[in-house]
Amino acid sequence: MLADLTAIAFNEEGFMTDPNQWTKEIAEVLARQEGIDPLTSEHWKIIDFCRTTGMTSGKSPTLRQITTGTSISTKELFALFPKGPAKKVAKISGLGKPEGCV
Amino acid sequence: MAEETRKIAFICSKGDIDMAYPALIMGWAALGNGIDVTIFFTFWGLDLVTKSRVDKLEIAPVALTSMKMKMMGLPTGNLGIPNILGIIPGMTAFASWFLKKEIKKQGVPTVREYVEMLHDGGAKLFGCKMTVDMFGLKRDDFLPQVDDVVTASDFMDMTEGAQIIFI
Repeated sequence: MLADLTAIAFNEEGFMTDPNQWTKEIAEVLARQEGIDPLTSEHWKIIDFCRTTGMTSGKSPTLRQITTGTSISTKELFALFPKGPAKKVAKISGLGKPEGCV
Repeated sequence: MAEETRKIAFICSKGDIDMAYPALIMGWAALGNGIDVTIFFTFWGLDLVTKSRVDKLEIAPVALTSMKMKMMGLPTGNLGIPNILGIIPGMTAFASWFLKKEIKKQGVPTVREYVEMLHDGGAKLFGCKMTVDMFGLKRDDFLPQVDDVVTASDFMDMTEGAQIIFI
């Protein structure tokens, strides 16, 4: 049973505007929309890290912060979230677009 | 459904610290946004992927009008670094050390790390054949992340439909 997204607020680029509305079930649906299905434990390691840093700092971590913070390599990160991991990871984690450059 | 992937290509022709970073930073941002990235290193730009040079990139403070003494914390407003000081032995080393320190403070990776990140993120990195021949460089002189040494014509074939940025 997929989560219902009708009550969830998104901006025009498809990022959730209220990270508090996020649930793991919503992440599954968002991941599917990004062409990632299913979410493996490796995906979750990254999403959990983004949620933790995002909810404490209020900002999406950058790719570099993800690789240094999770010890997941750049290669793995791009394999797990192919074609643009920066936006994909932030979207699936219910956070805004990452603001840093690195 | 089959949406065409955006492609971007950089030509890196400079080996100074300040000219090394633009393609690396924008290329990394492009990869993060799902854009295909190709980088062609030519002339001094080859320093960015040459083992013996990549960690030793420099910036010369002579005729460098944008680098002001106030960057070093001196209350000198818009005064630049006098060229007569810039020619003193050690000034290039000092300016290079200073800039690298400031870059590091911002959490920006070194050029060597960036080349690894770009390669691991799927960017294609190429050396310019003519420059390689002219400088007498060998395949082994380059970082392992360099995919190949190619001609200008090869580069044109590889970047059909790409947006090209010359640095």
